[in-house]
Amino acid sequence: MKKTFALEDLDCANCAAKMENGIKKLDGVKDCSVSFMTQRMTVEAEDGVDLDELMKRVVKLCRKVEPDMRIKL
Amino acid sequence: MTRRQKKTLVRIIVSSVLFAAALIISHAAELPWWAELLTFLPSYLIVGWDVLWKAARNIVHGQVFDECFLMSIATLGAFAVREFPEAAAVMLFYQVGELFQSVAVGRSRRSIAALMDIRPDHANVIRDGCETEVSPDEVKTGEIILVKAGERIPLDGVIIEGSTSLDTAALTGESIPRDVTAGENAISGAVNIGSVIKVRTTGVYSESTVARILELVESASSRKARAENFITRFAKYYTPAVVISAVLLAVLPPLLFSGEWAEWIHRALIFLVVSCPCALVISVPLSFFCGMGGASKKGVLIKGSTYLEALSKAETIVFDKTGTLTSGSFEVSAIHENGVSKAELLDIAALAESYSDHPVARSIVRAHGGHIDPARIGRVTELAGQGLEAEIDGRTVCAGNARLMERIGVTPVCRHGCGDCVNGTCVHIASGGKYLGHIMISDLVKPGSEKAIAELKRSGVLTVMLTGDSRTAAENVGARLRIDEVHSELLPEDKVSIVEGLLAKKRGGTLAFAGDGINDAPVLSRADVGIAMGALGSDAAIEAADVVLTDDDPAKIPLALRISKKTMRIVRQNIVFALAVKLAVLVLGALGFADMWIAVFADVGVAVLAILNAIRAMKA
Repeated sequence: MKKTFALEDLDCANCAAKMENGIKKLDGVKDCSVSFMTQRMTVEAEDGVDLDELMKRVVKLCRKVEPDMRIKL
Repeated sequence: MTRRQKKTLVRIIVSSVLFAAALIISHAAELPWWAELLTFLPSYLIVGWDVLWKAARNIVHGQVFDECFLMSIATLGAFAVREFPEAAAVMLFYQVGELFQSVAVGRSRRSIAALMDIRPDHANVIRDGCETEVSPDEVKTGEIILVKAGERIPLDGVIIEGSTSLDTAALTGESIPRDVTAGENAISGAVNIGSVIKVRTTGVYSESTVARILELVESASSRKARAENFITRFAKYYTPAVVISAVLLAVLPPLLFSGEWAEWIHRALIFLVVSCPCALVISVPLSFFCGMGGASKKGVLIKGSTYLEALSKAETIVFDKTGTLTSGSFEVSAIHENGVSKAELLDIAALAESYSDHPVARSIVRAHGGHIDPARIGRVTELAGQGLEAEIDGRTVCAGNARLMERIGVTPVCRHGCGDCVNGTCVHIASGGKYLGHIMISDLVKPGSEKAIAELKRSGVLTVMLTGDSRTAAENVGARLRIDEVHSELLPEDKVSIVEGLLAKKRGGTLAFAGDGINDAPVLSRADVGIAMGALGSDAAIEAADVVLTDDDPAKIPLALRISKKTMRIVRQNIVFALAVKLAVLVLGALGFADMWIAVFADVGVAVLAILNAIRAMKA
């Protein structure tokens, strides 16, 4: 399952890359891409993964990298 | 500017004033070091407190090597070696550069977003005789909507009342408005610039042209180019490497060669300032983004920077003939009967072809024009790449190309001196082993094809044309357009194997395939870059293609190539420029020839220049 989220106040391109790599390593994530330019995050979850729970982990990880950014869930 | 950017600007102004004051005071009076520290500290803290705070917070979060950390260490280090003016100035310049970057990136992002802003915000639907304004996704298929002058058509449909001009510039890049009238299609996303029209919707919003384009554009950035991934990987190693060398530079010379501590720490700090990879990390994706944004303005939707990169290296472009180089609108140009009358031949052909969707079949039915009685038609079998076999009035009729005639053992005869149907496609008709004649269909070459092929050949691209049509028809078109290689009489699976053969032969470059999306999906996905033309109606083509042209003008292909090459050139310029400057400053810094000012330029100055260069990609 693939879902796209809008991001707010993402203003560091390097952080976007760090988040992307971090999310890719999370359990249950098949692929992920964070676009600094379009301020969008696409998360592709593996089949049968609880997306709400996964997004909670994604949010937690992103807060560590870029605390000012918000994901519009 | 956003509120945050305005706040930063105010802080920069206040800090600059304080900095100037501190500079004057420290020059006018001979101050002890602690007093000098106190005069520069306010200016430093006002402009830099958030950087220090972020650095501290990120260390707690386990994110050590980021810009904030580097700037904090560099400036605090400058304080430690009692270079107070330098410490404050570096932080000040860093923030000025950051602000400039953020404004420049924000601005280009917004201008591209505006360019792609084709989302209709409402639909005026007529329900129970009243006009109601609803969100486009609440409109059902078959409902009637009203599109007033100046409004965007929210959903695809057919005009049932009124005639007007449509501005499709945002969709296709075509600046000349299109005149449409009742009975014609209204494409969502186009702006009505004439008078009010009534449209009967033919689908829901989520399946409309505009929703498809938006989906394409918005998910485009998820497929990243090698150059883009390279930068991310590079940044991962570059920063720690420079930080470690900075530490070594600070510690080793004083320990081993009894260098002066302050001098070598100072040189190490210069390393740290230069070590930020932001010029690359921002400018490379920005270049791709601007290139893709500029392309989509012209009606070339590229699904990701990886395809833009592949397109720039195209050495072979394979075209499908029908619908790509030729308009695909066929016309019966001659009827050459054999033993029956012209009318009889056309009648039989039209009956046989009446169920087929093939453009050739439809042109025959159009030429017939009269009533087609379905009761006269029995079982119809389509034979891919050959034609079809139909039962007409109880007799078996075969209609198709020369290959079909060969298979059923009938030899085409021509008593009209047309040779082997030189000017187009030829549909042979036979019944009961007897040759009844053939209908000649000509397919018009699109006006832009010749120029497109010529331009591609000038830039050194090998052009190849594939078609299921007869050899003569194909070679005729091929010769007119001066195409390098022509393969004809192909079945859909032959196209895949020819493309595979060409893929095996290419030397380092990439192979692009351009087709109109009908029956092309396997080839589109097999090629390095699949280009679907005018494919907004075909789901399979959009899914399989990597580049989607919103209209069917072949001239868009060399244009896409030009844009991709320009973008890649800018990307390379930025990578080389940023790395060269940084490397030079690193070397100069280590040798003691570069001061902190040059280091700040190598960081933010280079980033700003790279960003300005990246924005050029938008104007293709």
